[in-house]
Amino acid sequence: MSGNYIDEYRDPAAARALLAEIDNVAGRHSGRTFKFMEVCGGHTHAIYRHGIESLLPDSIELVHGPGCPVCVIPMGRIDDALVIAATEGVTLCCFGDMMRVPGGSSSLLEVKAAGADVRVVYSPLDALDIARREPDRQVVFLAVGFETTAPSTAVTLLQARNDDVANFSVMCNHVTIVPPLKAILESPGMSLDGFLGPGHVSTVIGTKPYRFVATRYGRPLVTAGFEPVDVLQGVLMLLRQIDEGRCEIENQYRRVVSVDGNATALALMREVFTVRPHFEWRGLGFIPHSGLGLAEEFARWDADLLFDVPGLRVADPKACQCGEVLKGALRPWECKVFGTACTPETPIGTCMVSSEGACAAYYNYGRYTPRSRIPVRSG
Amino acid sequence: MADKGLEFDGGSELDEGRRAALARIEAWRQRAPVFRDDTITMAHGAGGKASQSLLTGVVLPALTAGDGGDGADDGGDTELHRLDDGAVVDMPDGGHQLVVTTDAFVVTPRFFAGGSIGDLAVNGTVNDLAVMGATPEALTLSLVLEEGLAVSELRRILDDVAAAARAAGVTVVAGDTKVVEREAADGCYLTTTGIGFRRSDLGLGADQVRGGDTVICSGPIGDHGIAVLVARGDLALTADLVSDTRPLTPAVSALLDAVPATRWMRDATRGGVASVLNELAGASGCGVELDEAAVPVRRPVVGACELLGLDPLYIANEGTFVAVVPADRVGDALAALRSVPGCEEAAAIGRIVDDHPRLVVANTTFGGTRILDMLVGDPLPRIC
Repeated sequence: MSGNYIDEYRDPAAARALLAEIDNVAGRHSGRTFKFMEVCGGHTHAIYRHGIESLLPDSIELVHGPGCPVCVIPMGRIDDALVIAATEGVTLCCFGDMMRVPGGSSSLLEVKAAGADVRVVYSPLDALDIARREPDRQVVFLAVGFETTAPSTAVTLLQARNDDVANFSVMCNHVTIVPPLKAILESPGMSLDGFLGPGHVSTVIGTKPYRFVATRYGRPLVTAGFEPVDVLQGVLMLLRQIDEGRCEIENQYRRVVSVDGNATALALMREVFTVRPHFEWRGLGFIPHSGLGLAEEFARWDADLLFDVPGLRVADPKACQCGEVLKGALRPWECKVFGTACTPETPIGTCMVSSEGACAAYYNYGRYTPRSRIPVRSG
Repeated sequence: MADKGLEFDGGSELDEGRRAALARIEAWRQRAPVFRDDTITMAHGAGGKASQSLLTGVVLPALTAGDGGDGADDGGDTELHRLDDGAVVDMPDGGHQLVVTTDAFVVTPRFFAGGSIGDLAVNGTVNDLAVMGATPEALTLSLVLEEGLAVSELRRILDDVAAAARAAGVTVVAGDTKVVEREAADGCYLTTTGIGFRRSDLGLGADQVRGGDTVICSGPIGDHGIAVLVARGDLALTADLVSDTRPLTPAVSALLDAVPATRWMRDATRGGVASVLNELAGASGCGVELDEAAVPVRRPVVGACELLGLDPLYIANEGTFVAVVPADRVGDALAALRSVPGCEEAAAIGRIVDDHPRLVVANTTFGGTRILDMLVGDPLPRIC
């Protein structure tokens, strides 16, 4: 990716033009507020990282959705991973974000300090390479993420099968984006006016699966990219739909997202995964058909079958309101422990761990906004 | 300078809930950090918040406890408590002060584009002296060697130490060597202690910094951290980059000659520019406003950071420092720095403000604002 490519989507002049138009369209509906949910943690991060919230007019509120893979991992699954990591002879590989996620009693960072072999990788293929290089270790990849990362886990498992790598397995926590979206649309008191759809997930699944958002629930959705200009364009497209009385699934991220998605990636996923009947989401509870497990042909590489884990459901700490934040019912700073008992150094909830978590993003980047630019919230 | 973004009419009040939450958080942040961990994790070595809490919660109370022997902190007014890059000792002649500093080097891999652990061991300590305003005089060198280390590798490292010392104009005057069993260390660790002298009348310190001053940076940031990351080879990344490891003595003397009223300096090593600015904000009680667009960063660093989700402002440097100078001397300061090899891209990157005390706020390249906090966690372990 060249730097110039990025610059094009971070151009302050382009932003000014978009902001003026957003102001203009929103201004036609005086007294009305617009509540848009950005589904994906990548958007949340971009919004705070670039200070976008402070640039939008006061009538537009961005609500942070459940699309941060780290944030939605339930504590029970972390505890299972901790047990696997502490098993003699095991090397547990994970993405860096997972290290600090608190389980019921501990985190991967802490079990590593206590002697477990926990390694940060940037791709599941790196974990497979470790298994090949160190045949006397049992290498387990802790797989998390939406349809964005699931295909790379699928490719890795196919390679493991192809090369008959026996000392490698995957603890699969992959989830899909459509079921939680439905759960949010079904939740009582849902007051959202539209959705910024996830860009990266949509490169895989396309825009077709979102149609129900408009047809069944009457809310517009615009899939958008992750640069600040993308986000502003997405917001403007949502506003225009409402202004013109339309309710559609639109695609701002045309440079990478198509209607049908990536057929190869989808085929890989179909080959390797099965849809679990239920999967627990942190704060959202069990959501039917929302999780991916390994297909039976891959049982030899399924860490859930290879290791004896507690598999318990662990209740979130009482003080933690991650669920309300993930549903967009609470803004991060409205949580009782936000910024005091729960900070990025000592996170209680998952939303405070990943840089894509709404709380961590708000705490790290958004806490201070110049007075002159703070929008007045009328609602 | 960064674009300031759009201003909207009528946006002059924080809503009450948010204001109360922010006040609560700021009050919480002012509390002395409590150290609650039972074991040391890699986060304690990353130069961010966990490192600070280890220092203030464990190391300082133990080393500066009063005669009571109860381990209680004596109130925080010793040379150690300043947590500067080095300690200052007055000399009998009255005109000079002795500056002492020490640093351990555990970088992995030991060789990377642009340098090695040997270069770092000299330049790291020389630079800590330099940014204290001292002229480095002498170093001691301790080696911890792991059983099995190739002597040819040790020779290369020592050659680099010697070459770096020559370049920095210091002499290694004492040392120590220890060997530990296989796996009791990772190859070899180096520790250097440096002494230097500075003029007593030098007015350097965070307490000299005041609202309106300008923050400058001596060169492009992030080269070292990314060069080490690439050399580690586990990312399948290549980049046209070399570490910026170099002695800062010439740059610092050029700056101090041109602008004797320079208020404060610090080399932006572990934790990067963002961390030293937070240290400045904390120690001075002032706010720091950074213009992201003004910070010099090379393309490969931007690219690698985009790919890995890192922020160049938190990436380590080994030959780049941040200084605060009076606003009316910025031109002279930059001209002086730019005449020194390695500092050609020196730039004014922000200012000291009276708003948001103890907080670093960045104007983003995009025109928004964001907080720039101390680093949490451990993005790149063992970069020095």
